[in-house]
Amino acid sequence: MTHSYHTTKLANGLTIQLKEIHTAPIISHWLWYRVGSRDEVPGLTGISHWVEHMQFKGTPKFPAGNLDKVISRTGGVWNAFTYLDWTAYFETLPANDIDLAIELESDRMVNSLFEPEEVESERTVIISEREGHENEPLFRLDEAIQMAAITVHPYRNEVIGSKDDLHTIQRSDLYQHYRSYYIPNNAVLAVAGDFDSAEMLHKIRTHYEPIPAGELNKLPVAQDPIQDGEKRVLVRGPGETTFLRLTYASPPANVDDFFAFTVLDSLLTGPSSLSFFGGGGISNKTSRLYRSLVERELAVGVSGGLQATIDPYLYGITATVHPQHSADEVLVALDDEIKRLQDAKVSVGDVERAVKQARAQFAYSSENITNQAFWLGFAEMFAGYHWFEGYLDTIQTVSPADIQRIAQTYLQPERRVIGVYLPDDQAGGQL
Amino acid sequence: MIKLGNVHWNSLPGPEDITRVELQNGITVLVRSNFNSPSVVLGGYLSCGSVYDNDDKLGLSYLTALSLMRGTDRRDFQAIYDALESVGASLGFGSSIHTTSFTGRALVDDLPLLFTTLAESLRQPTFPQDQVERLRAQILTALAIRSQDTDEMASLEFDRCLFPSHPYGRPESGYPETVQAIQRQDLIDFHRQYYGPRQMVLVMVGGVEAAQVLDVVNATLGDWQNPDQPESIELDPPQPLPSPHRAHVEIPGKSQTDLMMGNLGPRRRSEDYLPALLGNSVLGQFGMMGRIGDVVREQAGLAYYASTSLSSWIAAGSWEVSAGVNPANLKAAIDLIQQEILRFTSEPVTNEELQDSQSNFIGRLPLSMESNAGVVNALLNLERFDLGLDYYQKYPSAIAGITPASVLDVARKYLTPESTVTVSAGTSPGDTTDV
Repeated sequence: MTHSYHTTKLANGLTIQLKEIHTAPIISHWLWYRVGSRDEVPGLTGISHWVEHMQFKGTPKFPAGNLDKVISRTGGVWNAFTYLDWTAYFETLPANDIDLAIELESDRMVNSLFEPEEVESERTVIISEREGHENEPLFRLDEAIQMAAITVHPYRNEVIGSKDDLHTIQRSDLYQHYRSYYIPNNAVLAVAGDFDSAEMLHKIRTHYEPIPAGELNKLPVAQDPIQDGEKRVLVRGPGETTFLRLTYASPPANVDDFFAFTVLDSLLTGPSSLSFFGGGGISNKTSRLYRSLVERELAVGVSGGLQATIDPYLYGITATVHPQHSADEVLVALDDEIKRLQDAKVSVGDVERAVKQARAQFAYSSENITNQAFWLGFAEMFAGYHWFEGYLDTIQTVSPADIQRIAQTYLQPERRVIGVYLPDDQAGGQL
Repeated sequence: MIKLGNVHWNSLPGPEDITRVELQNGITVLVRSNFNSPSVVLGGYLSCGSVYDNDDKLGLSYLTALSLMRGTDRRDFQAIYDALESVGASLGFGSSIHTTSFTGRALVDDLPLLFTTLAESLRQPTFPQDQVERLRAQILTALAIRSQDTDEMASLEFDRCLFPSHPYGRPESGYPETVQAIQRQDLIDFHRQYYGPRQMVLVMVGGVEAAQVLDVVNATLGDWQNPDQPESIELDPPQPLPSPHRAHVEIPGKSQTDLMMGNLGPRRRSEDYLPALLGNSVLGQFGMMGRIGDVVREQAGLAYYASTSLSSWIAAGSWEVSAGVNPANLKAAIDLIQQEILRFTSEPVTNEELQDSQSNFIGRLPLSMESNAGVVNALLNLERFDLGLDYYQKYPSAIAGITPASVLDVARKYLTPESTVTVSAGTSPGDTTDV
């Protein structure tokens, strides 16, 4: 494979990441802004996600409706995501149409209209999106757990925002948020695919360099105190199925503990991809929790996940409780497994196995050009591209003692929230 | 103008770079090498599915497929998965109406492991009782979760109403009572009777030579025989309903109602398929979900999603609109969608609309085959619907040949208001007169 990586920063502060991949006539263009729910204050939760929606509502050059058409005519795909620390926009296009992505994204970095009637129409669309989430028991449980687990940090709010805030946010709030954060010195442009880097950089400079740098006034983010007592959350709702979800405070992505934690998670709940775009697909049937919960028929499924974030966030373990058993029984078995990790070192072979799984996942996810461009920018949001490039080497240095230390440090009862979703008509709930 | 310049003809799979071999026992093998990739993706199917399930044991084909890797003559469940997961490989089985399918992936070095596990699971499953019970509990829980899912329940009821008394109207995973009725012996019998190499298709794409794949297929599956295996069932095409049908699935405590409206669509090999596919794009796919997305989401703000889809199978298809709306907006959404369908069946799409979608279909072809998994799916479709190895190379000109008149013809033929099925699933608002 021919991969050549190039990075630079324009005079206006826009960071550029380029990776040539000449395996298919495709280019993926990602523009990342360092703004997400982390940058929101009470009363304006969900505003980053709403701004993302408004970015599809047109500029004078690309009016609403026209934006979709110009991309779709090429056969390309595009979308956007808002998360805790970032908002990202991508276009994956036939290589000879890439100018379109550059023109469109540089244009809407500054020229989006935020027409008042479009703001109002989008208000109901986003409320509808939230109502779709509310139909899901695990969304409701997750929302309650986050509010309990995180007391002051904005990570406590769902990215989509509270329904109250979605009813009251105004056009002026949205536009101000847009102008405050959509500036080149708060963005990373990542492009991967079938191009020549010098030519690509020239195109990028032509469209992005005239955009002036802005004044970036990031709000200070209140950090949560270390949790000092176990919390319990009970959510009741329709259905027949009980869910148990535990969260523990987890380290940020750019510290050594994060890497050891990913290996621990792989052993406990199975390998999971950190990417939003696949690379996963490895089953977890030999993981410790699958064996102790699902094989023993206390649960019908179990999963876990660690998020790569700027600030400490939450490590979650979710079990779908077996209809013949209770959340309490699952919790006892789960605690036994955590104690096992704390009491005895795992074997060197266990760690080597987790590393091999991670290596396979990286190979799978690297086959896709969209994913390659994703990683270029994503890693910049919380660390740097070196984080991604060194990932496999770093986790190879994780030792059994590291994993034991992580289990002892982070998986403490006083640092967790136990959340249960219990069907309305089921007894129990004396959490 | 339609943009044909985007198509990189030499990047599309064709007879030059697809190796297709029919083994003596009836297995068809397709391989396309991609040496940019350090891994391989496997896909394929056997010609048995829920079409063989009795109504009282619906879900048998599905449970059989899910049980294949739960224990074999040679290894138990944990040993099978330990071998796969230790090297980051995966293999899984599923079942649909006509087929039992499998997918897998591995690093190139682990190719033999993938095939030995596939062959062992297909040929020597033991269906251990404890594993069958464990799976049954998992499926029953999944069905309980399904019963609370507005999207899934709308879809389930829509299929049931659109395809009455037809295998296409039954969910492959069954219902709680039918899954409860299945015995271990049923799985053994189903496997013995219907699993076999005849009409089996196996596709592999990735960093491997075709000869190497053929060697390992021959070594692991080349001597597989099942003289009892029946010929595929030819299903009669379902008939349009004699009158419009309206149904509602009440699910308490839901914030959003899911809506599905639609009709029968063309089967995959029908000459109506491509005009319908392009018409579907104009109606509810292109850009931000086409005309339907424009009126329901962009203009009225009634839904986060409102789009159309065309699903075409061997005997028939379905062509429907889906939307997620607040219960109070359900009637308004239905009215808007009906107006758009009336317009779509009354006047031809504009040249510009059609050309937009044609450009999209042609341009996205290389993107859809960017990954090994994308090419596997493309090759499986070639074989499943007997499209010919040069199908993707001819596809751009076939798409370019569709006209507004041919789209209008299929719109009128299929989207007939007198046989439309409309289904909602969710919590009724206080006044239920419109549902």
